[in-house]
Amino acid sequence: MDFMQNGNGVLESPVYNSNIMAADNQSDHQTVLLRIEKLEKQFGSLPVLQSVDVTIMPGVVTAIVGPNGSGKSTLIKSILGLVRPDRGTIWIKGQKINGDCSYRRHIGYMPQIARFPENLRVRELLYMIKDVRESEAKLDEDLWRIFALDKERDKVLRTLSGGTRQKVSAAIAFMFQPEILILDEPTAGLDPASSSKLKDKILQEKARGKTIVLTSHIMSEVEQMADDIAFLLDGQIRFTGKISALKAHAGATTLERAMAQMMEKGAE
Amino acid sequence: MKKRIFKNFAIIVLLSQISIVCFAGELTVEPNGTISTIEQALTQAQPHDTIYVNKALYREGNIVIGLPVTLIGVDWPVIDGENAHEVLTVTADSVTIKGFTIRNAAISYIEENAAIKVKETLGCIIDGNRLLNNFFGVYMEQSEAATITNNEISSVAKREANSGNGIHLWYCKSITIRNNRISGHRDGIYFEFVEHSKISGNISEHNLRYGLHFMFSNHCRYTKNTFRSNGAGVAVMYTHNVEMVENIFAQNWGSASFGLLLKEITDSEIRRNLFWQNTLGVYTEGSNRLQVNDNVFAQNGWAVRVMANSMQNHFAGNQFLENSFDVATNSRQNFNTFEGNYWSAYRGYDLNRDGIGDVPFRPVRLFSLIVEKQSASLILLRSFFIDMLDLAEQMLPMLTPETLIDRKPMMKRAKWLAEVYRPEAMLGGEDQAKTFYDRNEAVAQH
Amino acid sequence: MMNTTMKIIKYELFDVLRNKWLIGYALFFLLATDTLFRFGGGGAKVVLSFMNIMLFVIPLVCLIFSLMYIYNAREFIELLLSQPIRRSTLFRGMYFGLSAPLALGYLFGVGVPFLLHDNGAHLASLIMLLLSGVLLTFVFTALAFQIAAWQVDRAKGFGAALLAWLVFAVLYDGAILIISFTFADYPLEKPMLVLTMLNPIDLARILILLKSDFAALMGYTGAVFQHFFGSELGVVLALTVLAGWAIAPFWLGARFFRKRDF
Repeated sequence: MDFMQNGNGVLESPVYNSNIMAADNQSDHQTVLLRIEKLEKQFGSLPVLQSVDVTIMPGVVTAIVGPNGSGKSTLIKSILGLVRPDRGTIWIKGQKINGDCSYRRHIGYMPQIARFPENLRVRELLYMIKDVRESEAKLDEDLWRIFALDKERDKVLRTLSGGTRQKVSAAIAFMFQPEILILDEPTAGLDPASSSKLKDKILQEKARGKTIVLTSHIMSEVEQMADDIAFLLDGQIRFTGKISALKAHAGATTLERAMAQMMEKGAE
Repeated sequence: MKKRIFKNFAIIVLLSQISIVCFAGELTVEPNGTISTIEQALTQAQPHDTIYVNKALYREGNIVIGLPVTLIGVDWPVIDGENAHEVLTVTADSVTIKGFTIRNAAISYIEENAAIKVKETLGCIIDGNRLLNNFFGVYMEQSEAATITNNEISSVAKREANSGNGIHLWYCKSITIRNNRISGHRDGIYFEFVEHSKISGNISEHNLRYGLHFMFSNHCRYTKNTFRSNGAGVAVMYTHNVEMVENIFAQNWGSASFGLLLKEITDSEIRRNLFWQNTLGVYTEGSNRLQVNDNVFAQNGWAVRVMANSMQNHFAGNQFLENSFDVATNSRQNFNTFEGNYWSAYRGYDLNRDGIGDVPFRPVRLFSLIVEKQSASLILLRSFFIDMLDLAEQMLPMLTPETLIDRKPMMKRAKWLAEVYRPEAMLGGEDQAKTFYDRNEAVAQH
Repeated sequence: MMNTTMKIIKYELFDVLRNKWLIGYALFFLLATDTLFRFGGGGAKVVLSFMNIMLFVIPLVCLIFSLMYIYNAREFIELLLSQPIRRSTLFRGMYFGLSAPLALGYLFGVGVPFLLHDNGAHLASLIMLLLSGVLLTFVFTALAFQIAAWQVDRAKGFGAALLAWLVFAVLYDGAILIISFTFADYPLEKPMLVLTMLNPIDLARILILLKSDFAALMGYTGAVFQHFFGSELGVVLALTVLAGWAIAPFWLGARFFRKRDF
């Protein structure tokens, strides 16, 4: 096995990286949309992220994959500013995240679990997010139409089913036409028809040049939607790059098999 | 036969009275008239004459009234002691003084200067005068059968040491003190060695020390008086056979203040009085065989504080309302009885519907013992923790006197209470006093 | 930024004012006060009986209700924080969006029966009752916010809240009592005064006692209490300390909230 050493040679663990790495190149910051560098996070004595490096180019769909507890959520939450990393830097559109919240107007986030204040009506929830974002972009109401959410507008959120709440959550994430969409298990809890409609919407947004970061447990779905992949295991990036490159590297025909192989190796 | 003799005798007495009235002379004092001073009138007067004193300001030093005359002020003449001497000194029997404003009797550390001093007399009447800013108001010694009525006696005493009492009696007998209003003195009414006297309808308030202060004065009866906002309330000491009925003891607030202090009082009766908003309602020390019945104790800090050296006192039919502490004591021993009182703190039930609670009530709270030992802990009053302690003690008395218990606590307030005690009306003190008297009047006539 | 806070408050009010627990809370006070007026005799007594209920219920309900609300809103808080909004803004907004309805529920529940039944004779004690109740609401909601911001674990959070309540409502006074007996030979009025200032429930209790007709009872223990609490300055100081009891945990909570991970 020939391991390609990480650019900085910090990690001893094997890292496959098919990206043409130019992490320290200053000029790169303009073209790269989101860059994560040497991100580290510990919860208590448990290391959750260890020197994580991820580079995401504009207009690309990147899937963050890995088994449960591998640090996917923590990585996403770090990007959102929900988790404060111990070390490392995150740049978004060339700007370092350091406590200022304004960068988040470029981000639309769909959390894994959609829970809202029980006694708000759907429309009040929309107004609330709209008021808070102070967005002047034209609202994207596609998903409202596609999911037929208009008839739920006056309902109290408590009375909505889990699936409907998930739809509302998706609709909110896409509504403000953000440049970056962060979708945490977007299709979980959706019926197949809705799930398929949402995937269509994701690909449509990609076509419009939006950058999308998503997580999923369903590898077929990842293959369907994502260009790039970031594979996390035990808080470490084991692979970043094209899906095809991963498959080729592992000598597997499907992403699922490739992943399984990677995980076995990780366990060695 | 007997009846007839009595009738004849009555007629003779009546005639002799008329003859006195007929033969008595009248003199008028008028600054511009023939008799220009009171002194002058007194030298010219015969016994039983009536001297009218017209409206003017009289400054004549100390005036001694040495013969039985009636002095009547016309349109409130003013007799001024000029803060230099006593004003009127009465040494003769049957003197009447009526309708004067008497002011500025001198403060003295040696002599008891008064607006009116009465010495060793019989049957004097002091009625309807205004005694303003005097050292002592009325000072009476070794006199009998006098009446002091309808006077307004006020001063502006600031310190106890250089102030005197409103009405001061020493070694007197059969005196009637009625409807006077006394304020701003050291003690409102002061009795020492007075017997068989009646004190009723007086209002004594805002005095430096006590509203009423008496010692060694047996067989006296106090009714319908109001003692309000006095420095230390009312103190009665070393006396037996006292009757205190239908009085109001109100708003005596302060660290050493009480509605009524009883010290070595025996065989006496305290009935139908109202004790409202006093730091201490009734405090008894070394007092025995008292009947304390049908009184209202409302919103006092401590309603009743019975020291262990008080015995055989009986508390019945009293209404204990909203006091911070109903009964406090300094010992686990108790030799007094409580029965058939109403306690607003009582939380028992009455299954057989006879109006008497089925569970006995223990009016001594554990917290009152705690405060007794460590007064600063009073700051915990009504805290949840303290309430829990009290509740535990109620259920299983360990520290509070076991025998201090009301086995027949009333379930409901007395019917008459609503007429006597109306907290909203209390704020205007005088109206309340009136309501109270009216009620008692009604009860008495019943 | 204040503007965004106001927006958060506004929508949170929509939610909380429709909350069945909050409505129940207001109705509880309404019923309790009304019942006390109907069966409890005069107004002065109502003030005192009610004081006991209020000192017991407000801290407990504010702690538990606020904690429940914040823990249940965890996902929504994350969603809001992924919007361009500062953490301190959200914290502030949520705090006032929750404490204001709680205070309103209390004011409504107590105020209406008083207006219906009382003739204004107890205005001073009513005002103090309302004022200290509202301040206690802010104090214990702030305490709940501090606990929630500090303790991610729900069970531990509720445990801490119950412990805090037990300490402030019960154990603290027991400790004071023990201290007062341990040092019975020393003049204790000033230390006791300081100690009670350190417990918001004690402070509220004393403030109400002083404004009810029982105030002058304090006179019995000597000059210190009376001089302190009897004066305008003392009351203002006590109210300020009570307000400080809301500000301190709020400030601490905001610090935790800014630094914590979701």
